[in-house]
Amino acid sequence: MSVGFILLAHQNLDRAAQVSGYWAQNDLPVVLHIDAKAEQREFDDLKASLAKFSNVRYAPRRNCGWGEFSIVAATLDAARLMLDEFPEVNHVFLASGSCLPLRPAAELRDYLAERPETDFIESVTTEEVTWTVGGLDLERFTLHFPFSWKRHRRLFDRFVDLQRRVGYSRHIPEGVEPHLGSQWWCLTRKTLAAILDDPQRQEYDRYFSRVWIPDESYFQSLVRKHSTNIESRSLTFSRFDNQGKPHVFYDDHLQLLQKSDCFVARKIWPHANLLYRRFLGNEMKALARIEPNPRKLDKVFVQANLRRTRGRAGRRMQSRFPMHDLWAIQKTCAPYSVFEGFTDLFSNFQTWLEKRTGARVHGHLFGKRGAEFVDGAEVYAGCLSSSAKLRDYNPRAFLENLLWNTQGEYQCFQFGPADRQAIGNFLASDQNARIHVITGAWAVPLFHSNMEFGRIRRVAARYQAIEAAHVEKLRSPHTRAQVKLWTLAEFVENPMPVLQTVLNGIDPGASRKLTEVPRLVDLQGFGRFVQKLKNEGMNPHSVGDFPLDDIPGAKTPRIKPYAIS
Amino acid sequence: MRWKRKRLLFRALRKRRQLQVVHDRTRAIARNDILLFATIRNEAERLPYFLKHYRDLGVDHFLVVDNGSDDGSAEYLAAQDDVSLWQTSHSYRLARFGMDWLTWLMIRHAHGHWTVTVDADELLIYPDWPRRDLHELTVMLDHDRRRSMGALMLELYPKGPLSAQICERGQDPTEVLSWFDSGGYTTKYQPKLDNILIRGGVRSRMFFAADPSKAPTLSKTPLVKWNRRYVYVSSTHSVLPRHLNRVRGPQASGAISGVLLHTKFMHTVVERAAIEKQRREHFENCDLYEGYYDGLIGDPVFWTPESLRYEGWQQLAALGLMSDGRG
Repeated sequence: MSVGFILLAHQNLDRAAQVSGYWAQNDLPVVLHIDAKAEQREFDDLKASLAKFSNVRYAPRRNCGWGEFSIVAATLDAARLMLDEFPEVNHVFLASGSCLPLRPAAELRDYLAERPETDFIESVTTEEVTWTVGGLDLERFTLHFPFSWKRHRRLFDRFVDLQRRVGYSRHIPEGVEPHLGSQWWCLTRKTLAAILDDPQRQEYDRYFSRVWIPDESYFQSLVRKHSTNIESRSLTFSRFDNQGKPHVFYDDHLQLLQKSDCFVARKIWPHANLLYRRFLGNEMKALARIEPNPRKLDKVFVQANLRRTRGRAGRRMQSRFPMHDLWAIQKTCAPYSVFEGFTDLFSNFQTWLEKRTGARVHGHLFGKRGAEFVDGAEVYAGCLSSSAKLRDYNPRAFLENLLWNTQGEYQCFQFGPADRQAIGNFLASDQNARIHVITGAWAVPLFHSNMEFGRIRRVAARYQAIEAAHVEKLRSPHTRAQVKLWTLAEFVENPMPVLQTVLNGIDPGASRKLTEVPRLVDLQGFGRFVQKLKNEGMNPHSVGDFPLDDIPGAKTPRIKPYAIS
Repeated sequence: MRWKRKRLLFRALRKRRQLQVVHDRTRAIARNDILLFATIRNEAERLPYFLKHYRDLGVDHFLVVDNGSDDGSAEYLAAQDDVSLWQTSHSYRLARFGMDWLTWLMIRHAHGHWTVTVDADELLIYPDWPRRDLHELTVMLDHDRRRSMGALMLELYPKGPLSAQICERGQDPTEVLSWFDSGGYTTKYQPKLDNILIRGGVRSRMFFAADPSKAPTLSKTPLVKWNRRYVYVSSTHSVLPRHLNRVRGPQASGAISGVLLHTKFMHTVVERAAIEKQRREHFENCDLYEGYYDGLIGDPVFWTPESLRYEGWQQLAALGLMSDGRG
């Protein structure tokens, strides 16, 4: 018992020869059909390179067009030749010139020998088919398609429409149950012979020669008449993209293909030297008795197709500028954290956070004097300039670019009422933003400053108004960012959970014990300062209910740095 | 916008008298040939590699307007078999930076052809370009029913002062100018022309920090399947009718797009800047560019440790600067 291969090729004949040679050498007979359009010189080269094998035959060359019956006719010729010339063959495997075996020939032979009666062919009723691009399924069998879909798309569409409107429907011959499926099958000698020798074959051939893309329906339908044991799946691993074109595998798919455990894959890029060397060499990994499992790879393809239809998040360019609502869901390409008020309260917050989490912790990226990149860099990743004007020309592009240019690194930055506020709306609407706010913390540096009190009072009022507007945006129901808000008073009351939240926010998976805490600035007398602002007629509501702490010994110990929890 | 287009077409019609034929080989243009249009002035240094690059890409015929070169560019071009040459000594600025002249030539010769419109310091590349020439690319664009392809102008610069490294005649400029800014481009949608305005890059970083809205535009549409009714609006940044500017993909995924490698910053740029400053033939608002020219005359260093070395189209595609159209 053996397996015979029918190989349909129309270009890159050197690769077809290489693959056929591999099978022939492993005692699997091969029948080649080379498209009549292929160059004679290439065909001669192919013949010469396969001359040393006695188990290679050539089917008469036909001129095959995409989606035409000629492909089926060529397959039928080749099948006849295979059955007549190689009586030992029990399974016939249909493959294309861009197929590549992924597992050793002997494994395939054993696998099929254990299932001598099984026909492997994807064959799905037209109602169940989900993959047809363009939406034609049953109508493939009942309409006429005189115009080429590839060359005269408009005529094709018009004619289909016309037939639908007048309610035209072809008669389907008896014995044909419309089924569709992958072109690439592996059938038993019994079933294939029954199809070839069917007394109604002439009628079927005539009928199918007018069906659209008969290579996906001829065998798939007729096998239902003749076979008793159909496994409706293809042994050939192939995937289609969202436009209905086959996915092409390149060298960098090597690992992926190795994992698939499938016997044959298509379609391989003809210049993927690594793949050909790896899979046709002798070092092919033996996987005996493992079932092919293409599902393992489906995740990858689903992702690739999603990216094609939805775009890469966080990137805008000449040709990639999404214009519709979908974009509103995700704006930047990676999550990041924004800290408001933390550097006012901790003198070494940035270095602490960087040390604890390994993230890049910038200063005030939207500061009025320019972007404070980490370590005071003037030009940061991807040549982003720290110039305030360049940044403010398009602040959201600045942030999108920063995140795009530093992919793989987690970015954090400080923000506050003294900064340029134009970015605020964007931050609130970006689901990648994780914003931690201690409201009223801006009062602390004012408290430490030596400015004249009247001026402090004015600055405080301005900051508070800016912050209130910002916080209102963050609290709006349209906000997509993750927002955590504390008032200064709440924070000082119990700072440990806040810091723990900060750490967890950056890397939710890792549980980081708070073993070391940043240094809190001196808040002795701050309560008094708040009271003084109140006495001047201001209402520092954003600070919260801060205790009047100048009564000796009352609250101060709690604000002092903390026990290790 | 339609009237604007008609006005520009008419304008080109009037300016056609400014052109004098030097060598007209346009009879040789065959039906599916890919044409290249350019206006040049004193580009003898760049032309040999420029022609080689585009010949390798499959350009079949070059239609060039020489705007008063005196360095032998015209003689060099006239000697090439696949170049048709026109000459003019009229003002480059008043001819919409050469666009009026080219528009006239395109009305006459480009109808129905895929055309590349570039400057002599712009080298067009796109995903897979060394293997897939423009003929193949345009077949694919035709198949996707696209009539144009967008490109980002990517400014290349050397490591060290601009005048320090010399690019030999005929040498691949990317061997000398091998660094670029990988990020820092800003995009803005312009509803009026339905196009996307991209600014940023090294010139913006170095010279336009004071007023970024004056920085040069980097988005272009250099490859168009031309019709005699089409017209470029400002340089090749936008085309009319507007649908040609729609180089974006459907939904959020990208259409295929390329990159114009901008090789302006060769060693010669420093002395040229001084000449251009005198000539005042570039840009709408010459005065705004005084600072820019002064900056260039000062022979600055563009390179920073954050600059990336140019390694090929795969790198640019991975950075998202061009798109293979697959998202």
